[in-house]
Amino acid sequence: MSTVSTAAVSAPVVTDASRAPRTGLLNLPFLAIELRRLLRNRRSMIFTLIMPPAFFLIFGTAEEYKTTSVGHANVTAWIMVSMALYGAMLATTGGGATVSVERAQGWTRQLRLTPLRPATYVTTKVVVAMVLGLVSALVVTVVGLVSGADGDAGRIALAVGLAWVGSAVFAAFGLFMGYLLPAENVMQILGPILALMAFAGGLFVPLGDGLFADIAKVVPTYGLAEIVRAPLTGDGVSVWAVVNVVGWAAVFVTGAAWRFKRDTARV
Amino acid sequence: MTFTDTLPTPASAGASPLAIDLRGLHKSFGTVRAVDGIDLAVRPGEVVAFLGPNGAGKTTTIDMLLGLARPDSGTVALHGMDPSQAIAEGRVSAVMQSGGLLKDLTVLETVQLTASFFRATRSVHEVMERAGIADIGSRQVGKCSGGQQQRLRFALALLPDPDVLVLDEPTTGMDVEGRRDFWNALRADAARGRTILFATHYLEEADAYADRIVLVSHGRVVADGSAAQVKNLASGRLVSARLPGLDERGADALRAVPGVQSVEVRGDRVLVRTQDSDGVARHLLTATPAADVEITARGLEDAFLALTGDSTTSTDDTTGSLA
Repeated sequence: MSTVSTAAVSAPVVTDASRAPRTGLLNLPFLAIELRRLLRNRRSMIFTLIMPPAFFLIFGTAEEYKTTSVGHANVTAWIMVSMALYGAMLATTGGGATVSVERAQGWTRQLRLTPLRPATYVTTKVVVAMVLGLVSALVVTVVGLVSGADGDAGRIALAVGLAWVGSAVFAAFGLFMGYLLPAENVMQILGPILALMAFAGGLFVPLGDGLFADIAKVVPTYGLAEIVRAPLTGDGVSVWAVVNVVGWAAVFVTGAAWRFKRDTARV
Repeated sequence: MTFTDTLPTPASAGASPLAIDLRGLHKSFGTVRAVDGIDLAVRPGEVVAFLGPNGAGKTTTIDMLLGLARPDSGTVALHGMDPSQAIAEGRVSAVMQSGGLLKDLTVLETVQLTASFFRATRSVHEVMERAGIADIGSRQVGKCSGGQQQRLRFALALLPDPDVLVLDEPTTGMDVEGRRDFWNALRADAARGRTILFATHYLEEADAYADRIVLVSHGRVVADGSAAQVKNLASGRLVSARLPGLDERGADALRAVPGVQSVEVRGDRVLVRTQDSDGVARHLLTATPAADVEITARGLEDAFLALTGDSTTSTDDTTGSLA
């Protein structure tokens, strides 16, 4: 073996351009494959695209709702935007939570052996979650509009848009839970939790006054529900609703970032 | 049992950058010293087997080599680079033992997706061809056999055309045929001059596919030499005899017998590893009060166990040249 010493070939450390890591935050093939995977996942498609419009049809299409106004739209439209928020919420939480499955399968560890930046991975997950959130909100809206939801078109569009944008908070929630929970089927835990949040925050049934209304103010869905409905009722948005949304967004984003850092740290 | 001409570790100053340069690596988990002072210098183009029993510290060392784990002390350099930079530039890639694949993707999608993480790669078709998975591109990863999944991991590792390829127990859980296919693919690739380090606990794999074997046990390198040298270890015989009260002088006399590689005392018995069992037996029976002489042929397995087993850690004679 000692004769090998002279034969060692030098491999110069030259950082040529083709070796430099990619710099963009998004990469299109990655995004395209992630979207394709989303479409293939029938269970989550049913979960996020069928359930919210079904709930809307059950809760929101009574005749008196169609003839009663909340200000700038009828009660049916008011329930429709609530369910659009619920659908978007389910979709973005589920999208974020897919990291748990990928962690369990060792995929995120495998990614650390490639130049893929962890920020690109998370950004792609959020973008895909938001795409599904938009589709879910739109499905509820289309079903709503053909089943009697009526009112000021601009205000309804604004409300649905707010539901979609606001659901980004739940993408952060999904990521946080996805990094926190080791389970492969994390959505089986998060599904019921989201339903509970939706109830407690007044998305499914009006809160009225009393103890439940007070509890609702600290539930993560409460602030978004009020903001999303505000264009239809014409009421202002309370400071408390804004504090609720900003506060929970901060909690979820910080939590997701904390777990994400732990996940990618060298141990 | 000597590896007199092991490679200098670490290499002398002024040499070209080493492909892999590990110095003084230590890593503990709680009170367990998983890696307890590993030095390893691998030159570009070498094919090195990292051989040791389960729990020897192979995977922990590889994790540190790839930047997945941080050493408690010691340094890692790949072509003079930090592991994270080497990975970012695609100069090192790895085939891990298990996991790391998305079951819902197809084989082709997995390769395409991984290719998108690099700025430039070998073509998707080429790496699939070389890994022997070109014909199963449309199969879902979850439906692939263990061997097919491992060849897929190999294809992914080939994408950046790395200078250094690291494989952690690449054939664990494969059947004989899968194992053979995998090594054939790897051997074909090794001919291209890539530096390859693979961990294994199969002695035959190390022997058949590596230029150099680094034996690790209890987080340390216990022997380091060519495959031929390891074979030499196994070429001799083991002579054992009951010989109570053997002193240092008696042991030295045994060592002086031509062909003797090592002398070890275990309680009342003395174990002599030698190329010339007749000579040792003659010496024992004529010059000492030895009784119950046994002569056994030694296989590779014995050499392996002698170097990595607990029973020999206290006797200097049986360890190869310590790195």
